[in-house]
Amino acid sequence: MNRPRAAWLFAGPALAVITVFFFLPVVAALGLSFTDFDIYALADTANLRLVGLRNYVELLHRSEFWNALGNTLYFVAAGVPLSIGASLGTALLLNSPAARFRAFFRTALFAPVVTTLVAAAIVWRYLLNTRYGWLNHALGALGLPAVDWLGDPRFSMPAIILFAVWKNFGYNMIILLAGLQAIPADLYEAARIDGASAWRQFVHVTLPTLRPMLAMVAILTVAGYFQLFAEPYVMTQGGPLQSTVSVLYLMYEEGFKWWNLGSASAVAFLLFVLMFAVTAVQAAALRRRDG
Amino acid sequence: MSRLRTATLVNVLLAAAALVTLFPLLWMLSASFMAPGEASWTPPPLLPAHPSFDNYRELFARGGMWRYFANSVFLSLAATLASLAFNVAAGYAFAKLRFAGRERIFRVLLGALVIPGQVAMVPLFLELKELGLVNSYGGVIVPALASIFGIFLVRQYAQSIPDELLEAARLDGASEFRIFASVVLPALKPIVVTLAVFTLLGTWNDFMWPLIVLTDKDLYTLPVALAALSREHVQDDELMMAGSVVTILPVLLVFLSLQRYYLQGLLAGSVKG
Repeated sequence: MNRPRAAWLFAGPALAVITVFFFLPVVAALGLSFTDFDIYALADTANLRLVGLRNYVELLHRSEFWNALGNTLYFVAAGVPLSIGASLGTALLLNSPAARFRAFFRTALFAPVVTTLVAAAIVWRYLLNTRYGWLNHALGALGLPAVDWLGDPRFSMPAIILFAVWKNFGYNMIILLAGLQAIPADLYEAARIDGASAWRQFVHVTLPTLRPMLAMVAILTVAGYFQLFAEPYVMTQGGPLQSTVSVLYLMYEEGFKWWNLGSASAVAFLLFVLMFAVTAVQAAALRRRDG
Repeated sequence: MSRLRTATLVNVLLAAAALVTLFPLLWMLSASFMAPGEASWTPPPLLPAHPSFDNYRELFARGGMWRYFANSVFLSLAATLASLAFNVAAGYAFAKLRFAGRERIFRVLLGALVIPGQVAMVPLFLELKELGLVNSYGGVIVPALASIFGIFLVRQYAQSIPDELLEAARLDGASEFRIFASVVLPALKPIVVTLAVFTLLGTWNDFMWPLIVLTDKDLYTLPVALAALSREHVQDDELMMAGSVVTILPVLLVFLSLQRYYLQGLLAGSVKG
């Protein structure tokens, strides 16, 4: 058998699956977003009509969409810095020569990442309970008042952010730890000889060396946090007062609860365009600072 | 003196952080052995007064937990085995076999990594409906059969296989399949294990797609069943904690036993930027 044919036999099946079950649906999503595909079209596609940009125009006039977008941006803008901050902080601690039981601590801090999101969210729903949850119990011990975490629209998103940071920071911690371990020791040695304090070493040696890696981690984390869905689905069902409805949550309800599949596709595409734009801005900012 | 203070501070902070990450999991375990209502005492008890397996018994005997557990085990194993076959073969081909358009196709695949999977979900649902796969195991498995990330991971690793090794086997008259099975696969073993752990954990923990594609309760995976149960049993804290333990414990054990492979994959996957 000749080699190109063998190559296609090896690569072909995976490429076929990705084409049929990923590329085709993505293209179809764009097409679908220009139609009024709804529950009647689901029953009989003769009911399907092209409506041009109507789904998009209608979405941009709906307060639910802007609310979901605002909530998602809130989650990304607050969640990503907190998450990466926790990752960097714990990576620095693990990398410290003074750290003991490193393997144990690394595994313990990483454990939430591999837990099942739905199950962990259920556990957190009880930890956040106003009356008997451990978090309010801890606040009470510090003399602080109890907070209605999941019932008060001012605190529902902070509660979900808190949970998301707990669940996710370990992932970037492992990546940043590898980055820290790769910084040559003589860079620190030189800084110490110059009399630089630990803080100045961090600002002038650690941060600049780690910057490309931090930027990459930020881009990937932003993309991940835009896809908020299961946390509000399990913990708040989008409430209270729609305060935790994310864009994907809106897409899910629009598509698979009300069966407005055309409109749901438009929501998905708007999210994609937004994510793409944010990623492009981040990448451009990174290039400019490097250039 | 100052060095001692730093050492103490570092380790105290690490212990505090580990307490924060482990406490919810330990409390989940402890509360799963509590009697109904015990977890909602104020202050909440740390340990059950009279530990019992009643919640687990209830879940498995009356909550249909066996069914969900079996669904999750079957689906994640099937998806893992199938996707290994597809991704390892393709990753090897992209690294070591020449074919027309190889580099261009690979660039398209890499570029597509920025498209979030949820964009495809609505049409994918309609597509699988046409194929009669909605509300079936197949509907969960089919989209997971191949992944760009998996191909990428294997390709990275396969590039380190020396060409001379493959050429020598070809000179001996071995077929391309023979070479794949007896030369390539053994060389790729670490990355195959890594990809297996990633896919296994990923499909076990996956929520949104199974939630969409499965409507029949008998087909629910653990996360989907747990989310549904938690809406029915809002007050049954202890029961839900037992359900969470059943869902989390298997993946946690898989991770702990294959941690090295998992973390290597995480690092290899992150270099793509």
